Amino acid sequence: MGNTIINAGDTAWVLMATALVMLMTPGLAFFYGGLVRRKNILGVLMQCFAALCVVSIQWVLFGFSLAFAPSHGFWGGFAFAGLKGVGFAPNPAYAPTIPFEAFMVFQMMFAVITPALIIGAFAERMKFSSFLLFTLLWTTFVYDPIAHWVWGMGGWLRTLGVLDFAGGIVVHTTAGIAALVTALIIGKRKIDRASPPHNLPFAALGAALLWFGWFGFNAGSALAANGLAVSTFVVTNTAASSAGLTWMFMDWIFNGQTTVLGTITGAVAGLATITPASGFVSPASAIIIGFFAGVFCFLAVSFLKPRFAYDDSLDAFGVHGIGGILGVIATGIFASTLINPHGANGLLYGNTKQILIQLLAVGVTIVYTFMATFIIYKLIDVILGVRVGEKEEFMGLDLSQHHETGYTLME
Amino acid sequence: MKLIVAIIQPYRLEHVKEELYKMNVNLLTVSEVLGHGRQKGITEIYRGIKESGNLLRKIRIDIAVNEEFVETTIKAIIKGAKTGETGDGKIFVLDLKDCIRIRTEERGPVAIG
Repeated sequence: MGNTIINAGDTAWVLMATALVMLMTPGLAFFYGGLVRRKNILGVLMQCFAALCVVSIQWVLFGFSLAFAPSHGFWGGFAFAGLKGVGFAPNPAYAPTIPFEAFMVFQMMFAVITPALIIGAFAERMKFSSFLLFTLLWTTFVYDPIAHWVWGMGGWLRTLGVLDFAGGIVVHTTAGIAALVTALIIGKRKIDRASPPHNLPFAALGAALLWFGWFGFNAGSALAANGLAVSTFVVTNTAASSAGLTWMFMDWIFNGQTTVLGTITGAVAGLATITPASGFVSPASAIIIGFFAGVFCFLAVSFLKPRFAYDDSLDAFGVHGIGGILGVIATGIFASTLINPHGANGLLYGNTKQILIQLLAVGVTIVYTFMATFIIYKLIDVILGVRVGEKEEFMGLDLSQHHETGYTLME
Repeated sequence: MKLIVAIIQPYRLEHVKEELYKMNVNLLTVSEVLGHGRQKGITEIYRGIKESGNLLRKIRIDIAVNEEFVETTIKAIIKGAKTGETGDGKIFVLDLKDCIRIRTEERGPVAIG
């Protein structure tokens, strides 16, 4: 590592981006929290804050090592456990101009938000103790290995040349598939009708914080304050806007009105979808990718979910799963070395091989995540029981799990 | 004429409404109230300080009915609200002196339905 020099600008940007990505988890808490019934708002906020606490500690102790230490095949092993060797000196395999420790903490925030995304699937009905254990086990046995395959030194998908700029596979596909699995196993909520969101302004605030934080998520993944970060920033905003507009018009066509919830959901779908492609595609491609994000995620939420009658309560699968998978495939189509010479060309630029690698990567991720999440869920169900009792569910998670209420009726 | 006041569990409201509609009772007022019966509410904890005896959220339903609907309405409420657990609630039946429909200024039993 002798010929690497720390760049102050790059380091400042990555630290800033880390803080932006950290803010996404509380942002997600308000996005999801606004959508549940008001007796469950604290349940959702608590799960998001708990994910931040649990995964941050897991990451320092061994999570970062499992994901980013030199490969042992399945995962990275324990060479960096307890942050051994993770200090001020850059690690050129990941980021040659910033302290290795800055890279570590930037990646930590990705590991934090991924299990938090799954909360949308089992919202309003999971026991808090089971949630803690689920977050720990899922991060360790699903997130860490897949992050290693795609991004880690010697990871097999990285070696194969898969393109995932900021986590379309690692974050959104894994969280989306885990959401589908958990929604299927935990079963529907005990409600008699579609429950309207209890606080849409919270959801809009949450979506805004997610959008804001996503600049760190995607543009920060350039790991430097350079032209690529700027391009990624522009592409991210473009795709979010395109998808938000598309969903707005889909609502208009299918439901006769534009809606706030539709528009913000579309924007989040666009952000999830552009994530893997953001560092490889042009703003024009981002408009097209955002359009498809709006169309496909809308269809998944509006038609696929009712058709198969699973209660993915807040559409973690419909938005992040469908969006993530779509984005990974889109990367294989729209990627261009004119935007990022370290990437590859996609189908549109004459390279047929890339899309096959993308399909293989996303396929393997879906199968592995599906099986591993299923096993983890069943294991926790035996030890603690995953779902709250009927009475607790009716009472709401705020009172039954935390003995607090989000709102008072009187002082 | 009677005024039927029912205090029920919030999550039973949909069931009660369903049962009332089945019996052709379509006019009701619903409000959110706080209270507790024998089970003394629930303990909430804020930074370690326990607030016991906190009031529970309940739903209050007010229905004005003519005599022939009194038993039907009571039965429908029971059918929808009863779980057998403490906290299922109560039904109060009060004599109703008069009833006026504002739009037409009709009075008495004719104004109820």
